[in-house]
Amino acid sequence: MNRFLPDDFEALPADSFDKEQIVRPPTTYLKDVWRNFKKRKTALVSLIILAVIVLMVIFGPMMTKYNYYSNDYGAVNQPPGGEHLFGTDTLGRDMWARVWVGGRVSLIIAILATIIPYAIGMVVGGISGYFGGKVDLVIMRLVDIMLGIPSMIYNILLMIVLGSGNILTLVIAFTITGWLSAARTTRGLVLQLKTREFVMASETLGASPGRIILRHLIPNTLGISVVGMTMTIPNIIFSEAFLSFIGLGVAPPNPSWGQLIKAASETFKNYPYQFTIPCACISITLLCFNLLGDGLRDALDPRLRT
Amino acid sequence: MSRYIARRAVIALLTLFVLATATFFLVKLLPGNPFLNDKVPPEIQQKQMEYYGLDKPVVIQYITYLKNLIQGDLGTSLKYIGRKVTDVIGESFPTSAVLGLIAIAFSQLCGLTFGILSAQFKNRWPDYLLMLIAIAGVALPSMVIGPLLRYAFGVRLQILPVSGWGSWQQVVLPAFVLSLSNLASTTRNMRASMLGVTTQDYIRTARSKGLPPGKIIMRHEFKNSMIPIVTNLGPTIATMIMGSFVVEQIFVIPGLGKHFVNAVNTLDYPLVMGITIFYGAFLVTMSLLVDIVYGLVDPRIRLS
Repeated sequence: MNRFLPDDFEALPADSFDKEQIVRPPTTYLKDVWRNFKKRKTALVSLIILAVIVLMVIFGPMMTKYNYYSNDYGAVNQPPGGEHLFGTDTLGRDMWARVWVGGRVSLIIAILATIIPYAIGMVVGGISGYFGGKVDLVIMRLVDIMLGIPSMIYNILLMIVLGSGNILTLVIAFTITGWLSAARTTRGLVLQLKTREFVMASETLGASPGRIILRHLIPNTLGISVVGMTMTIPNIIFSEAFLSFIGLGVAPPNPSWGQLIKAASETFKNYPYQFTIPCACISITLLCFNLLGDGLRDALDPRLRT
Repeated sequence: MSRYIARRAVIALLTLFVLATATFFLVKLLPGNPFLNDKVPPEIQQKQMEYYGLDKPVVIQYITYLKNLIQGDLGTSLKYIGRKVTDVIGESFPTSAVLGLIAIAFSQLCGLTFGILSAQFKNRWPDYLLMLIAIAGVALPSMVIGPLLRYAFGVRLQILPVSGWGSWQQVVLPAFVLSLSNLASTTRNMRASMLGVTTQDYIRTARSKGLPPGKIIMRHEFKNSMIPIVTNLGPTIATMIMGSFVVEQIFVIPGLGKHFVNAVNTLDYPLVMGITIFYGAFLVTMSLLVDIVYGLVDPRIRLS
């Protein structure tokens, strides 16, 4: 058996500088999220496809000399290719322009009807969670009672009353029902956060409740809310298509993906391309937003990882 | 337990009350009245308004409306002259219910099986294949997949009828389309739930005691994974109802969903209101039942 003698050991010079040296480059929260996000190839690919779709929705209609609303009875139901890249519909309108303008309408509705309700829901949920007590009780009972019925039923009623037809009415209808679940989620998170030290510190320094909610609590719930929003966008795209399908969506001369699908489902047997093109657009978009949402959830909130 | 049920029941009743009130006042907000017509002399319009009680103040109308509701009277349809809304519902709801039940049974059966398989083969090819199916259910909404399948099986292959209701062949396509989105979400939920349970201590105990894997999966993992699936039954029924609006339209099925969409398009307000309230009552009752079952199954819920 070896015996160690004092001579076997060598004293190293104390170098405090080395111990303090940072081995890895510092990362910020966003960098960290991006690093995790990149690991999922499906999410990354979805992001790229969505970027392409957004670009096409913005610039696509400019690539053709036809607009989305002019009829041309000399060129009705033209198959894709040639003069009209996606063909024409039963009224001789250029499908290329209609598909991309329709996408514009669908996406604008989806984004507005996600951000506005979330903003409202986050503030209401923040107030409810932070103050607790009676305020919380009243707000949460209201949310419970409203969420007892699927929001689509309220949406249908609202669309009947508001009159179908444009982006604004759809966004209003989705906003009235959409803030509820955002409020519930935010409240749950705020309840966890409000006992944390940074909130106590802020309270001790005399910050007003409004400041604590808006500057401290809500920013800390943003990660999960962003995931929720990414999941809500495809829901709204679907809901718009759903409402269009039952005759309550965007009014006919204006296209939206749902409107195009609805119109083409009647002539599907004879002119399948009129149906399949908008269907492909909506399906790809729904798929990509869902995969993106999965990726973001994993990147933003490790606790939810499955 | 009884306190738990009572609390749920109160919320359910309030939910219905809010829905009924919202429906009433939203419809009242509509401009004009249902009998506005240049060709009809004003005296007759006045008579019609009186007949339907529309000449009274809104508050009185509201109270009458609530009274009728409590007695189960949902009013009369405007377009189907003289037909009671309850008759329309009674006639068409069984069709929708049969379709919905078949779709729910199919989606739950397949979804649970797929979810279990997917979790067992985690990160191997069966898992990827099943997740692909689950993703397809999300990306292919019923208004997309419905006409496509109808064309493929009904027009091209001619093995299934394209529309109608009555024979079992006519049920296959609509039930499948209706179940698809649910099948997808059940698969995903079940997979996640199973994976969550697999790492629990009691599973390790069972395994170390030498229980055969099949028994562990069925007796321990499956049973405990069912909890989130049971809670999801309420929303599942809701998606089925929403789905029926589209599916019954595509496959021309004379169910309640089709009546509702027609009523919306022909502005038959009493019918819209009546069916809305009916759906609301149905859903609220169902989720109340689910809550009660859930409370019975999981003691943690009823005690908290």
